[in-house]
Amino acid sequence: MIGVLIKKGAEASIYLGEWCGRKVIFKKRLPKKYRLPELDRAIQIQRTKHEPQLIHKAKEAGVPTPIIYMVDLEEATIVMEYIEGKRIKDILNDLTSEERIKISRQIGKLIGRLHKSGIIHGDLTTSNMILTPEGKIALIDFGLSEQSVDLESRGVDLHLVKRALASAHYKYVNECFNAIIEGYEEEMGSDLTRDVLNRVAEIEKRGRYVAER
Amino acid sequence: MYEGLCLGIESTADDFGVGIVSFDGEILANVNDVYIPERGGIHPREASRHHANVAGKVIAEAFKRAGVKPKEISIIAFSQGPGLGPCLRVGATVARALASYLNKPLVGVNHCLAHIEIGRMINRVRDPVTLYVSGGNTIVSAFEAGRYRVFGETLDIAIGNCLDVFAREAGLRSEPGKPLGAVIEELASRGRRLVPLPYTVKGMDLSFSGLLTAAVNLLREGKYPLEDLCFSLQEIAFSMLTEVTERALAHTEKREVLLTGGVAANKRLQEMLRVMAEEHDARFSVVPKEYATDNGVMIAWAGILCYKYGLTTSIERSFVKLKWRLDDVEVPWFEG
Ligand SMILES: Nc1ncnc2c1ncn2[C@@H]1O[C@H](COP(=O)(O)OP(=O)(O)OP(=O)(O)O)[C@@H](O)[C@H]1O
Ligand SMILES: Nc1ncnc2c1ncn2[C@@H]1O[C@H](COP(=O)(O)OP(=O)(O)OP(=O)(O)O)[C@@H](O)[C@H]1O
Repeated sequence: MIGVLIKKGAEASIYLGEWCGRKVIFKKRLPKKYRLPELDRAIQIQRTKHEPQLIHKAKEAGVPTPIIYMVDLEEATIVMEYIEGKRIKDILNDLTSEERIKISRQIGKLIGRLHKSGIIHGDLTTSNMILTPEGKIALIDFGLSEQSVDLESRGVDLHLVKRALASAHYKYVNECFNAIIEGYEEEMGSDLTRDVLNRVAEIEKRGRYVAER
Repeated sequence: MYEGLCLGIESTADDFGVGIVSFDGEILANVNDVYIPERGGIHPREASRHHANVAGKVIAEAFKRAGVKPKEISIIAFSQGPGLGPCLRVGATVARALASYLNKPLVGVNHCLAHIEIGRMINRVRDPVTLYVSGGNTIVSAFEAGRYRVFGETLDIAIGNCLDVFAREAGLRSEPGKPLGAVIEELASRGRRLVPLPYTVKGMDLSFSGLLTAAVNLLREGKYPLEDLCFSLQEIAFSMLTEVTERALAHTEKREVLLTGGVAANKRLQEMLRVMAEEHDARFSVVPKEYATDNGVMIAWAGILCYKYGLTTSIERSFVKLKWRLDDVEVPWFEG
């Protein structure tokens, strides 16, 4: 038994338990019956291997992330530090406007640091951000992350933030996104930020109708 | 006697369709005429010429099948977007002409919304996560706070487009009643071996262009049997679609999954979604083909819903909206 199940996500089951006397999270990726077994296994292993690597790179870039204690590919399980705190998703709507802007700016800085170091998070929803009791924000769930410095990848990453805000925090999309961009700009500089934002605008228009198909 | 009747016109892409539906949801007519290009993909101009040519005939046939007279119609609905400009404009023009001639209210309907609403009506689904997959759209949506929110969508091309382009590259031809996607499905059923192709999910969004390019490259190399390529293309693309739908389902905690659009006809995609939904104790349903592909009935039904909430469209505001987003539309009639 590896601990108590605290969340059954779409991809993985998250258990809270103990490992060598530490309070830890066991993230175990579950087989997906709808996928061909060989494809499923390949995706599971790829993500289980990949996630700790990118969590580590993010930490080097100055972004708080959980410490990785162990990786078990056979079981598709990652053992990592349990980060105390509250999910941004659960608190963002109830904050004062001032606090919301402050937190959003901080989030923007973290994303800027990732991008500056060539890391794309790949799943920037507010349930993957934890506000710790010390007032720091940690990012989790790097299962869909990749290494890239492409404008396109950066644009998509920010587009996902906006998408996440629009579904879970639709009243504050603009307020939060603008503050996120301010923070992002502090890290990335105004030229790059402008380029990325132009790309975001382009991405929003895409994906539907093309002139000819 | 009917409480009211709506005539709906669909002309977003290659179909020109007319449906007649009563206000309480009885379907009286569903007539379609599809433009099949000589070669290649849809050329919007040629498709629009086709639509203009068949419009009169399709409308007359719809009245005949419904057994009603034009003056019995109470409202005219048309697909106002998103879609191909020249095609949309034919439908809008015909709708405007009919509405002015009969002196009836006009309702401009969002095409994606109509796909969801007809599915909810026909399949008796209340509050689903909907996967809408067609030649022009790939959207995962669910109702939240007054609208159908888009949880995931393609970042480049639509899944149907991806399948169609691959099929054309492989020299496959569609036949009446057997679109290119169905041709691929048949070949895939004889494929056995999974060929490595890129699997690209970004959050709840998807990308198919890398997959398409890789598949086309392998096709040109000629190393693998076409059956195996079709099989692999389907397995990878549909696994991606199911994964993002699952994420939306877990995120929204809804209890129903609805599959619609032209690609919904695919049995393998249906199977994957069914298996996924079962694991979440969610009810899965597929919209029947005649109402899942583009059709006038869905436009008529969505038109009725809008009309009942006073959402009519004046002639001046009836211009087509090529990129009209699903989540721009208020859905005041929704009761989960
Ligand atoms: N290191 C951690 N410390 C604290 N809580 C965590 C940690 N890792 C995961 N969690 C909790 O578990 C939840 C799910 O984790 P995670 O996002 O990694 O899994 P997932 O299956 O990819 O989820 P989803 O499909 O929702 O993105 C998080 O939202 C968070 O509440
Ligand atoms: N059995 C099948 N398997 C996979 N794809 C299919 C199958 N049958 C049809 N399709 C695909 O469905 C698409 C057509 O969808 P539809 O009839 O909804 O029209 P559309 O013009 O693409 O729709 P929209 O305007 O809603 O984007 C084509 O890409 C076709 O190849």
